[in-house]
Amino acid sequence: MLAHLPVLQVIVPLIAAPCCLMIRSPAVVGRFVQLATLATLIISLGLVREVLEQGVLSYALGGWQAPWGIEYRIDPLNVYLLVLVSLLGTIVIFAAPTSIKSEIAEDKQTYFYVAYLLCFAGLLGILATGDAFNVFVFLEISSLSSYTLIALGQDRRALWASYQYLIMGTIGATFILIGIGLMYMMTGTLNMHDLATRLDNVSETNTIFTAFAFLFIGVCLKLALFPLHLWLPNAYTYAPSLVTAFLAATATKVAIYILLRFVFSVFGAEFSLTYLPVREILLVLGLMGVVFASTVAIYQTNVKKLFAYSSVAQIGYMILGLSIGSAAGLMATLLHMFNHALMKGALFLALTSVAFRLKQTNLTNMAGIGRQMPLTMAAVVVGGLSLIGTPLTVGFISKWYLVLAAIEQGWWPLAFVVLFGSLLALIYVWRIVETAYFQPISAELSGVREAPVGILVPMWVLVLLNIYFGIDSQFTVSLSELAAHSLYLEGR
Amino acid sequence: MSWLAQYNYWVVIVLMMTGFYIVIASGNLVKKLMGLTIFQTSVFILYISMGKVRGGTAPILEPDIDLYSNPLPHVLILTAIVVGIATTALGLALVVRIKESYGTVEEAEIQQKDNDQC
Repeated sequence: MLAHLPVLQVIVPLIAAPCCLMIRSPAVVGRFVQLATLATLIISLGLVREVLEQGVLSYALGGWQAPWGIEYRIDPLNVYLLVLVSLLGTIVIFAAPTSIKSEIAEDKQTYFYVAYLLCFAGLLGILATGDAFNVFVFLEISSLSSYTLIALGQDRRALWASYQYLIMGTIGATFILIGIGLMYMMTGTLNMHDLATRLDNVSETNTIFTAFAFLFIGVCLKLALFPLHLWLPNAYTYAPSLVTAFLAATATKVAIYILLRFVFSVFGAEFSLTYLPVREILLVLGLMGVVFASTVAIYQTNVKKLFAYSSVAQIGYMILGLSIGSAAGLMATLLHMFNHALMKGALFLALTSVAFRLKQTNLTNMAGIGRQMPLTMAAVVVGGLSLIGTPLTVGFISKWYLVLAAIEQGWWPLAFVVLFGSLLALIYVWRIVETAYFQPISAELSGVREAPVGILVPMWVLVLLNIYFGIDSQFTVSLSELAAHSLYLEGR
Repeated sequence: MSWLAQYNYWVVIVLMMTGFYIVIASGNLVKKLMGLTIFQTSVFILYISMGKVRGGTAPILEPDIDLYSNPLPHVLILTAIVVGIATTALGLALVVRIKESYGTVEEAEIQQKDNDQC
């Protein structure tokens, strides 16, 4: 049983999805999906134990040995992200039965759960697999289901956002497909581990350069790196709030994982970071992303859109950590992936409860809401503090390591930009706090009560995790350090 | 090696750019999706071209044949075709819903209506 954990991680949600269609009744499906996600969370924690005890786990799918068969390969990097995705996927879905009552029509709720599980399975599949083509297939499983999830939004602009995401996402995925194809052409293998050894002999050919370029652009489209982020703000704004919480916490992190996996494990750090100017490109785009997206976030009137732009800025930080090009920088990236998932999960779940009561999330309609929904707005405040990077929250931990990594390389200006980004975050978070607490209650808010327990509990679990991992960061720091070092060793 | 020796790769490039151009330049949502399909199809041809072994036959085990084309790219592309169909189907379904709620499938008009709403 334990030997099969790597495949069970993906198979459980994948099989559970069609089962939902047979159960039909949304209430029962809701419970069933919660059980299924809880099972994946337990499996991922089991995998952490296995990896810490035994090192890298290799699972031959269907008994076909790698490099001919598909291999699931679990190392410190993907087990870290498997925990992240399954943890967030589980907590968010516990808010679903209450939240979707107000946002998704009764007859579509079962389909929501099906798409959610498929997206979840796709993301876990990308993380677990050690086969390059399998990455593409799982990427498309998760993308296609996320287009569906976004289109479930009530506003008609959700459809338009979903369509735009579909076009951009498919171009990105096809670029990745071209890149994988060109690599296969030169090496005759699709297994990532095998690719890494074989690419050394052919790395200085035009075909491999082209393959790298296609993969790089394709993945950057998926991870919404500035200036390829155009699909993200609208998709996050008009999707059902719960979907936004799930996608913001997991989808972009998994795309960054693909980037890390290909840059470090497959092509190798020396080829990608030293031989090609990838570090410089990432540095410039990361910096522009942080400054530009944070500034745009300040001017948003819809709080969901505000946090969507803030997500683009946070992705900039993750990319900056990568561009520093040291194990410490990579560790900061990995930490921020986990910590940002916790912050944005908490913030978007808080917006879910605002949307549950107010039916929209415009800042102007939220005047004085702090007195009517104290627990929800307290969650926004803690999440916002975390976003700024105040001590005792997770945001502080990742910014701290990022600044340390920058100073270690003597990149003082970068450290200043990181702090300037925090200042911009302070401005946009303050705008919400000011409206929610210091403005007189608007008439339409007078009858509004606190959100139901069904949303409050998962939201506060995330908020408390924000504080817990901000104080006791041993789990995240030790795992991300292990992952960063194993990536660097592989890259040499 | 003459320029035409690997003409299938030229076909790939022409198809890819045609599809990509339609996606970018066309304002009609259905045409955009068709462009996307052409774009994806070019990648299918890229994969299938690389599986060809000169003089090789179809990969069916026969006693008197010992040179086969590489079947793996075909299998991969079978998967990619399925993904492509799913994408097109989902895209077209979205266009139907967009037409129902916006009453148009032109990008500029949808953008206009969204701007008016704000």
